[in-house]
Amino acid sequence: MAENVYDAIVVGSGISGGWAAKELTQKGLKTIMLERGRNIEHVKDYTNANKHPWEFPHAGGRTQEMIKNYPVLRRDYVLNERNLDYWVNEKESPYVEVKRFDWYRGYHVGGRSLMWGRQSYRLSDLDFEANAKDGIAVDWPIRYDEMAPWYSYVEKFAGISGSKENIPHLPDGEFMPPMELNCVEKDVAARIKQHYNNNRHMIIGRAANLTQPHHDRSNCQYRNKCWLGCPFGAYFSTQSATLPAAMATGNLTLRPFSIVTKVIYDKDTKKAKGVEVLDAETNQTYEYFAKVIFLNASALNTTWVLMNSATDVWPEGLGSSSGELGHNLMDHHFKVGASGMVEGYEDKYYYGRRPNGIYIPRYRNIGEDKRDYIRGFGYQGSAGREGWSREIAEMNIGGEFKDALTEPGSWTMGINGFGETLPYHENKVTLDKNKKDKWGLPVLAIDAEIKENERKMRKDMMNDAKEMLEIAGVKNVNTYDADYGLGQGIHEMGTARMGRDPKTSVLNAHNQVWDATNVYVTDGAAMTSAGCQNPSLTYMALTARAVDHAVNEMKRQNI
Amino acid sequence: MNRREAITAVAWLMGGTLISAEMLVSCTTKSKDVSDLFKPEQISFLNEVGDTILPTTNTPGAKAANVGEFMAVMVRDCYTPEDQKIFLEGFDKLNKASDEKFDKEFMQLNPKQRTDLLTALDAEQKEHQRTKGPEDPNHYFRMMKELTLLGYFSSEVGATQALRYDPVPGRYDGCMPYKKGDRAWAT
Repeated sequence: MAENVYDAIVVGSGISGGWAAKELTQKGLKTIMLERGRNIEHVKDYTNANKHPWEFPHAGGRTQEMIKNYPVLRRDYVLNERNLDYWVNEKESPYVEVKRFDWYRGYHVGGRSLMWGRQSYRLSDLDFEANAKDGIAVDWPIRYDEMAPWYSYVEKFAGISGSKENIPHLPDGEFMPPMELNCVEKDVAARIKQHYNNNRHMIIGRAANLTQPHHDRSNCQYRNKCWLGCPFGAYFSTQSATLPAAMATGNLTLRPFSIVTKVIYDKDTKKAKGVEVLDAETNQTYEYFAKVIFLNASALNTTWVLMNSATDVWPEGLGSSSGELGHNLMDHHFKVGASGMVEGYEDKYYYGRRPNGIYIPRYRNIGEDKRDYIRGFGYQGSAGREGWSREIAEMNIGGEFKDALTEPGSWTMGINGFGETLPYHENKVTLDKNKKDKWGLPVLAIDAEIKENERKMRKDMMNDAKEMLEIAGVKNVNTYDADYGLGQGIHEMGTARMGRDPKTSVLNAHNQVWDATNVYVTDGAAMTSAGCQNPSLTYMALTARAVDHAVNEMKRQNI
Repeated sequence: MNRREAITAVAWLMGGTLISAEMLVSCTTKSKDVSDLFKPEQISFLNEVGDTILPTTNTPGAKAANVGEFMAVMVRDCYTPEDQKIFLEGFDKLNKASDEKFDKEFMQLNPKQRTDLLTALDAEQKEHQRTKGPEDPNHYFRMMKELTLLGYFSSEVGATQALRYDPVPGRYDGCMPYKKGDRAWAT
C-alpha cells in the first residue's frame, strides 16, 4: 500500500466519525480517521475527572479571563473551569454571526462525544413522514422500518439504558436496565399518566450510560461527572467505545491535528479521490487518497468542507448542485419550562448522583390533538431536594443558619421543553472569504433564526409545563422562557440534507452525496427534519447503515 | 480502568493517607497568591467575617475552610472591575458600620457583637436587593455572604464534614429514607 493511500477516509472523530471508523475497519477496510484537533487519550487525558470540588480554584465557575476569551461559550453553562479544555479556542476558530447563533464546538479526538448529554431516542415515522404530510421542505428518503434494525445494532454496542414503554412514536430499543426515577418523580409520573388517560408519559431518560458492565466498560458509578470524561468508560464516547473497537482491528490509523480543507474531486470519474489536509501544527499540506470518504466533521464543518471542494465544477462546492448545500439549518429550541416546590416527602432522599433525568415524550399534534403550529416538543427534567444555596427566609447568618443549610431542603421539580425547529431554506450557512481563521482558512457565516412556528410552540411548552406540574401536585409553579439562542441546543442539524431527488437535496437515501457517490455524510448535516428527540442516536444508526451500504457498493464495484 | 483502579486513583488524588491536610493547605496557599489585590490582614478579616456567617457548631466553621482566601481568589479572578471595587470598599464600609454600632472596628468585636453587626448588615443587603434596579450592583455584604457559602460548602471541610460527600457512589437509590438531622449530599 502506497503512502497516504487507504481504503477509506473518515473526517472527524466525534460520535458519527467514531462509528464510521469502527464499522469500516471491522469490515476489513484500511481506514484513516482525520481529526482537526489534538488527541485526548481515554482515561489518561481526562485531567479533571477525578478531582474533588475543592480542587477547582473557582468552585468550577468562570473567570473574567475565560469570559473574555470565550464570547460565544459564555452564553451558557458550558463555559466552566472544569472542562474548559474540551471546548474550541474561539480566537483561533472564529465564525460570523449574521444573526446570533451559538456554536459550541469541540475540536479534539472524540469531539463532542466527550461532552454530550447522552440522551438517546429513536425517531419514528411520526418524524420521518412529517415533512411529506405537512408539505414542507422535502420528504425523508427513509422510513422507520429501514432504520429500526440499525437503531438496534448501534444501541446494542453503545449501551443505552432505558425502559420499554410501548409508545408508538418513541419506539422502544435494545435497552440496558433503566435508571431509577426518584420517589417524587415516580408519583408525579403516576399522576400525569392518570390525569391524561395514559396519553402523556413521564419516563426515565434513555441514556448512553451503562447500567451493567458492557464489553470492557464499567457500569455507571453515579458520580455525574460525565462531561469531564469518564475513567470508568461508563458512557458512550469515541474514546470509550468506537475507537478501541476500531483500533483492535489493526486497520485504523488516527491522525490528529489534521484539518481537512477539501475533498479532492475527479471530474473524469465523477468521484472523490481523497482529501487535502492542512496539518494544524506544521501548516504543511498533505493529500490522502481512498475509495470512499465519510464526512463526519459535525454538521456545519462537514458542510464547510463540501463548500470548499470541487469549486471549479460547482462554484458553491461539492454537493451544491441542488442549491440546498448550507441551507435548512436546524437546532432544538429549549430553555422554556416551569418548576415548583413539592410538599411532603421530608422522610425521603436519594443516594448517588444520577447523570440522567426524566423524559416526557411528545404528545402535541398527535392523533386528535391539533395546535396552531406543526410538530411538537418533549420535556426533560428532574426532581431533587434543595441544597445549601437555597434562601431561608427567616434566617440571616450564624450557627442555626449554618446547621439548617447542612440539611437538604424541600423537594423541587422542574421540566424544560425541547422543541422541533423546522427546516427553513433561508436558515443557512455560507463561506465568508473575507474572514480567516488561524490557518488562513475562510470561516462560516451563519444566518438563521427561529420563526413563528417555534414561537407559538414555545407558548405551549411553557403553559403545558405549568399545567402538568400543577396537576401532579407541585406548588408555587414558576414558568420561564429564558434567553434561548439558536444553536444553544448543541444539536446543529441540516445544511446537507437527505432526500429523494438530486434537484432538491444534497444526499440520497444512503447518505451519499448525489454529486460524488463515494462521499458519505452521516452526521447532523444529513438531517431532513429535526424531530424533537435528541439526535445523536440517529447519527449512529445512519452511519452504521451507510457503511454497510458503502462496503456492499464497493464489492459490486459501484463506487 | 476498572472500578477498583479508578477508586485507587481517586484516593490518591484526594490525598488519602498519603498527603496530610496541612500539606494540601500549604500547597493551595502558594498557588493562589492574591497579594496583588488583598493584604494578608484582609484575608484574615474575610475569614472572621466568614466565620461569623458560618461559625463552628458541631462542625467546623468557615475559617477552618479558609474562606477568606477563597473569597480573595474569586474576587480577583471572577469579579468585574466594578464588582471588585464594591467588594474592596466593603472593608471600610463594614468597619464604619461597626464603629457606628459599637465604637470599635470589626476585628475588635467579640463574637456576640460580630453576629449582631452582620445580622444587621444582612438585613440591609436583603433590603438593598429588594429595592435595587436589575442592573444595579449587589451590596458588598451580599457578595461576602455568597462567597462564604460557596467557598465553605465546596471546600473539603464543608463538603466532607458539614455535608456528606461520596466521590464514587457506585449506585443510585431514588428513594432512600431520610430523618431530620441527616446531612445533605455535597455537589
